[in-house]
Amino acid sequence: MPDATGLELIAQELRDRDADAVLGTLFYREQATILVHPNAVPATLEHLRGKGYTFLASLHGVDYFPEEPRLGVHYELLDMKRVDRLRVKTRVHTDVPHVPSVTPKWPTANHQEREAFDMFGIVFDGHPDLRRILMPEDYEGWPQRRDFPVGGEAILYTHNELNQPGWWK
Amino acid sequence: MTDTSLTPPSLTPQLDYREMEKSHDLSAIEHPGNEELLTLNMGPHHPATHGVLRLLTTLEGEVIRDIKPIIGYVHTGIEKICEDKAYWKVITLVERMDYLSYYFNAYAFCGAVERLLDLEVPKRAQYLRVIHMELNRIASHLLWLATGGLDLGAMSVFWYGWRDRDRILDLFEMSSGQRMHTRYFQVGGVFEDIPSDWAAKCREFTQEFPTRLDQFEDLIDRNEIVLQRLRNVGVVDAETLLGFGVTGPLLRAAGTPWDLRKAHPYSSYEDFQFGVPVGTVGDNYDRYRVRMVEMRESVKIIEQALDGLPEGPYITDNRKIALPPRHELATSMEALIHHFKLVTEGFRVPPGEVYFPIESPRGEMGCFVRSDGSSKPARVHMRDPSFVNLQAFKSMVQDTYIADMIATLAMLDPILGGIDR
Amino acid sequence: MEIVRQKLSDSTDFRARQLRARDMLKGDLDDADLQKHVEESLLTTTLEKASKWAQGNAFMPATFGLACCAIEMMAMVNARVDIARFGFEAFRASPRQADVLIISGRISIKMAPVVRRIYDQMLEPKWAIAMGACASSQGVFNNYAIVPADKFMPVDMYVPGCPPRPESLAHGILKLRQAVVARPDLGWRARYGGEGTEEVLAQVAAEDPGAAAAINVLREGTDGASA
Repeated sequence: MPDATGLELIAQELRDRDADAVLGTLFYREQATILVHPNAVPATLEHLRGKGYTFLASLHGVDYFPEEPRLGVHYELLDMKRVDRLRVKTRVHTDVPHVPSVTPKWPTANHQEREAFDMFGIVFDGHPDLRRILMPEDYEGWPQRRDFPVGGEAILYTHNELNQPGWWK
Repeated sequence: MTDTSLTPPSLTPQLDYREMEKSHDLSAIEHPGNEELLTLNMGPHHPATHGVLRLLTTLEGEVIRDIKPIIGYVHTGIEKICEDKAYWKVITLVERMDYLSYYFNAYAFCGAVERLLDLEVPKRAQYLRVIHMELNRIASHLLWLATGGLDLGAMSVFWYGWRDRDRILDLFEMSSGQRMHTRYFQVGGVFEDIPSDWAAKCREFTQEFPTRLDQFEDLIDRNEIVLQRLRNVGVVDAETLLGFGVTGPLLRAAGTPWDLRKAHPYSSYEDFQFGVPVGTVGDNYDRYRVRMVEMRESVKIIEQALDGLPEGPYITDNRKIALPPRHELATSMEALIHHFKLVTEGFRVPPGEVYFPIESPRGEMGCFVRSDGSSKPARVHMRDPSFVNLQAFKSMVQDTYIADMIATLAMLDPILGGIDR
Repeated sequence: MEIVRQKLSDSTDFRARQLRARDMLKGDLDDADLQKHVEESLLTTTLEKASKWAQGNAFMPATFGLACCAIEMMAMVNARVDIARFGFEAFRASPRQADVLIISGRISIKMAPVVRRIYDQMLEPKWAIAMGACASSQGVFNNYAIVPADKFMPVDMYVPGCPPRPESLAHGILKLRQAVVARPDLGWRARYGGEGTEEVLAQVAAEDPGAAAAINVLREGTDGASA
């Protein structure tokens, strides 16, 4: 992990390139996070690639309900040479859930962005093939949002229900 | 050899479901310009797809020109229901994701929660975890070998692989009572200490297993059919694989010596001496050899861990997180209260986000946990290695025969439970 | 289980039976002796019972592994709990050749139509075993994505466990064998009250209106749902 000062240096460099890109930094449990504006994500990732973080380990969505902006996308970056990890975070509202896609430059993001779209409804602009990946193609709703019901079957003790209706009374 | 002017076939050829059933020749509909191409659907129910993977292959004769994996046929919504359950109940659910490497799933999650809690795991628990994880790695590779051999046509490998896998599952049953999905790892350590003769039985296994591996190698390594089918098939260079986010034996077979156990050791892996096998060519044969040697290295780790197994507690002392031993409940009021709180509500985790990566048999398995201060996690996401490795599949089978695709799929070792979660 | 040991009859009785058999073949046995001989030496049964015995003892499961239970199903096929000793090791990849569908693993909503289609493609007589907790009743996963098998297809045997031990699954298959040998098989529609769901082609219904009291008649140019 870059330590806290390393993180601030990286954040400063990003702010120098683009003044309103970086919205905050966080260093918790020795893991460094940079919060950026959604539109600045591809540029940020390219800058970090230049600094050595060449491996995008994970791209996933998070629902911060009830905090706004609600939907978040996390990019876990890894520098293999120095064994350093860095997280880039961005947050969008549900009414404008658009984040530029990083798939053209980072091929690993293909299925992972589709999964974030499928589960949260985050639209990645510029993705070559944004469709649902885990749910059926015509499913309606974004399952992993916090206000989507878990679903499932009600648990019935059918033997008693059938043989002695109202047995609990 | 590939004609770049070909447009890739559309996935859903805009036909009604019943019309598609009636149509006899989808190739005429999907590739109007090029009659040589045929789009064939393999799966989800197919003997060779290692689970319910659906592959839409566009073929020119027997050569694959395009392949699209379609997944989601065993999507269980595990990450969603994890948000509804206390942290220790999540371990049961998360274990069932990548169903061959259950200890790794459990450890990734437990490690993430321990990181959030800033909890120290006792040394004995760390060593026990390492032993179980390495046994799980051997079991997973044995099943890969067994089903891979079955795909290639070598059925006897199937029987032999399971013979040894059953012995490992016996060891798991001895330590935790269950063969698979054992819920042995808990946040803070392991559920229970190992029985008194478990170490002896484990040593019996590790002493005999290298000879078994020798038998496998005699059977397969220089077998002419295996060499013809696996050598120089499915070669992808490390650059492309890194672009796709591939880790694990696939990346090591392509020549990059990246192993999280060595690069960023966790759970006392730095105490053990073991090698990391690296391939040279990056073909299917290298992938096969890398996993075989990994099994040998795992045996070394297990033996070292058994030799150096320290005495001590098997779970953390922090009663706010781990259940107190049962005999204390009769005498201590605090123990009773802790037990009650832990079982009904569960422990609370301070708010934060953590990503915890480990090296599973298929690559980097990372667990992202976001906690909001309550006793249930607010988001659990597993970065599953098979999900990411599958993206590289197309580059591995581009312009090879279908038979090579079957072999490559076997060597890719996808586990659909992890892909679909 | 108690093992009962029976002493084989001593040699004089055996010799007497041999001589009686010789006489029967020569045509020299008369009524009472002939009756006794036939009762002792021949096995008679009805064709139905014999065919049920054959069906029950020669299941050919379809290779249908979905998730973790598939691994324990493979363990059941393997050397330790060998179901080849019962005759069930011939797993068939094609559903047309299989007669038992062992649903091993969790069925997601995307997979449910596929499972149903495979079950429909199997030829009668056919049975289904729901292996594991997820297939029987959603198991650990009571949520939007999982369907229990008996919601969309008839299931004959439920094997509980998560995953069930290979011995449990073997017990389940043997119980199914017992059930098949004991009861006549009229097809799954008779067992589960599915009469009237057969799909009949339009020309068959036209030629023979009473052929099946079907509610789904496939007419040309429409999908199958019109009556």
